[in-house]
Amino acid sequence: MKDKIFKGLLFAAALTILVLTAGVVYVLVKQSLDVFQEYGFFGFIFNAEWDPRPDTEEYGAWSFIVGTLFTAFFALLLCIPFSLPVALFNGEYFNGRKISSFVSSVVDLLAGIPSIVYGLWGFYTLRPIVIQLGINAPGFGIFLASIVLAIMIIPYASSLSAEFLSMIPNTLKEGAYSLGATRVETIWHVSLPMASSGIVAAYILALGRALGETMAVTMLIGNTTNVPTSLRDTGNTMASVIANQFGEADGLKLSALIGIGLLLFLITAVINLIAKFIMKRLAAR
Amino acid sequence: MKKKLLLFFLIGLTLFSCSGSRDKSKRSVAVTLSGAGATFPYPFYSIVFRDYMRKHPGVTINYGAIGSGGGIRSLRDKSVDFGASDAFLSEKETASMSAEVLHIPTCMGGVVLSFTLNGIDSLRLTGELVADIFMGKITRWNDPRLVAENPDILLPDLEITPVYRSDGSGTTFVFSDYLNKVSPEWKRVMGKGKALKWKAGLAAKGNPGVASIVQLTEGAIGYIGSEYALSLQMPSAYLKNRAGNYVKATLETIAAAAETDLPDDMKLTLTDMPHPDAYPISLMTWILVYQDQAYPGHSKQEAEVLVDLLNYIISPDGQKLAEQVNYAPLPLQAVQKTQRIINRIHFGGERISTVPDPEMAVVNVLSQTEVAKDSMKMSRFEKSIVNER
Repeated sequence: MKDKIFKGLLFAAALTILVLTAGVVYVLVKQSLDVFQEYGFFGFIFNAEWDPRPDTEEYGAWSFIVGTLFTAFFALLLCIPFSLPVALFNGEYFNGRKISSFVSSVVDLLAGIPSIVYGLWGFYTLRPIVIQLGINAPGFGIFLASIVLAIMIIPYASSLSAEFLSMIPNTLKEGAYSLGATRVETIWHVSLPMASSGIVAAYILALGRALGETMAVTMLIGNTTNVPTSLRDTGNTMASVIANQFGEADGLKLSALIGIGLLLFLITAVINLIAKFIMKRLAAR
Repeated sequence: MKKKLLLFFLIGLTLFSCSGSRDKSKRSVAVTLSGAGATFPYPFYSIVFRDYMRKHPGVTINYGAIGSGGGIRSLRDKSVDFGASDAFLSEKETASMSAEVLHIPTCMGGVVLSFTLNGIDSLRLTGELVADIFMGKITRWNDPRLVAENPDILLPDLEITPVYRSDGSGTTFVFSDYLNKVSPEWKRVMGKGKALKWKAGLAAKGNPGVASIVQLTEGAIGYIGSEYALSLQMPSAYLKNRAGNYVKATLETIAAAAETDLPDDMKLTLTDMPHPDAYPISLMTWILVYQDQAYPGHSKQEAEVLVDLLNYIISPDGQKLAEQVNYAPLPLQAVQKTQRIINRIHFGGERISTVPDPEMAVVNVLSQTEVAKDSMKMSRFEKSIVNER
């Protein structure tokens, strides 16, 4: 009997999550229908015009999509030289030792810092440095936002990568050593190739996190509506335009913002699916 | 004699019902009013409502600062007792309402141009210069046109960073309304609205967002609600008004903008006003109520408290609170016109003339038995205006 109740509870909990997700998708689709009917699905995506004035109203998501992908991919690029060494340190060199668990918990601590705190740190500490470096005059923009994003996603990338590195059977590495390979050669020719798909999956998950980040990016990117073409430019991301303009929006503008939300949902869902797919192939091997 | 007896009986009844009510205070009413709307006057409303609730135990007033648009929507749905907005209802919005809506001005404010420029704290600007800066046509602080306007200041060779609001805002609306009036090119290229399509600069959310970027960026200039800029004592520019004077935003210069021929319905914008001391980007903010308070889900008691609250807001006591949080008080002429608008509020044709105070409960009874004459019907504030005259 108890067993049945427990099973029923589990079933209900799982079903609730499914219903909730379906509900979110339903609302996003329903509310954004107006804007997709007005401009067409691809017409909305590839239009860089965003004009909220009532007389000349026109909405397109392109500048925000570019801003989002630009910051997220640049952040990913920036985070590799930091997260990969940390992963090797924890998963390869000091695997299972005290120092490794200390370093990994410090890195994980980075994941626990609220994003508004990252935003403040970027605003007050990092921005003056960016100005002094002469990247651009106001300091805000793609470059500043990407640096802060990179730091925010390091823990996601590194802890999962370390996990995959530590799963490599010792016998393989010992084989390499016995053939006279140095430690670096072993890492380069055995560990990294073996764990590669897992590491790729880790970075894709980190990318998904960077795509959806809102608060810190809003504070640092400059919030201008344009298609950014260089790191010096200011811009806007999908998440931050929603956060900024949702309050006073109504009518078609509200529908356009919800449409951007739906697109963001689709992009992150696709990226998560890719990561899942790669990990599955790894597990099958 | 009979009338007197009846009077005593009624007073006794009122007192009895007071002591019999669940809350043991002297009050006869436990009324909850709710309102929603503009964020701009929120600091003023929060203290004036708190003050009113302290003076009238039993009355609860909730206000949600959800933005002017939300306030108008809520009033249309009748989910609130009053709405609040920084812009009067457009013709379309008026048509969408089910009944006549009155605009009650509550206080005034302005939009100031705040800047950070290497120790310079007095800067003179004209409307055209502001328009060109925010359109990205003037890009450096030592531009000859800026230098010509400020011959006594050594303006640095520095990039100008205009900072604007990233969220839809009444502040942006008033700012663009002003530039629309003074710059034909702005009117053609930028237009006016709560959100615009900007050509230059950076954006940040809310007054605090704009203010913090301006304060931390050498060469930045941004437009900020006066209540926020004045409370932070940020350096702000002198603006040339229509009379040709350079005016800084203060409570006095903002109030001077309303020294003009006011329309009876008090629906007017106060940008680029002719008074010699008027600060050119001033605005009025309104509470919106239905003229006929008798609608489903709304009691006469609620209507009485609402009218009393509105009277309190425009009373000298209420306006003093506005000054405390850096809003400009309404000039006398505006108060008088507003009083007339408040007097037009009725409950299904019945005039709302009473104040649900313990001592005023008597007046309530009297007017209902038609013993009292006009003098008793007057609210306290009407009397004070009469005395002033």
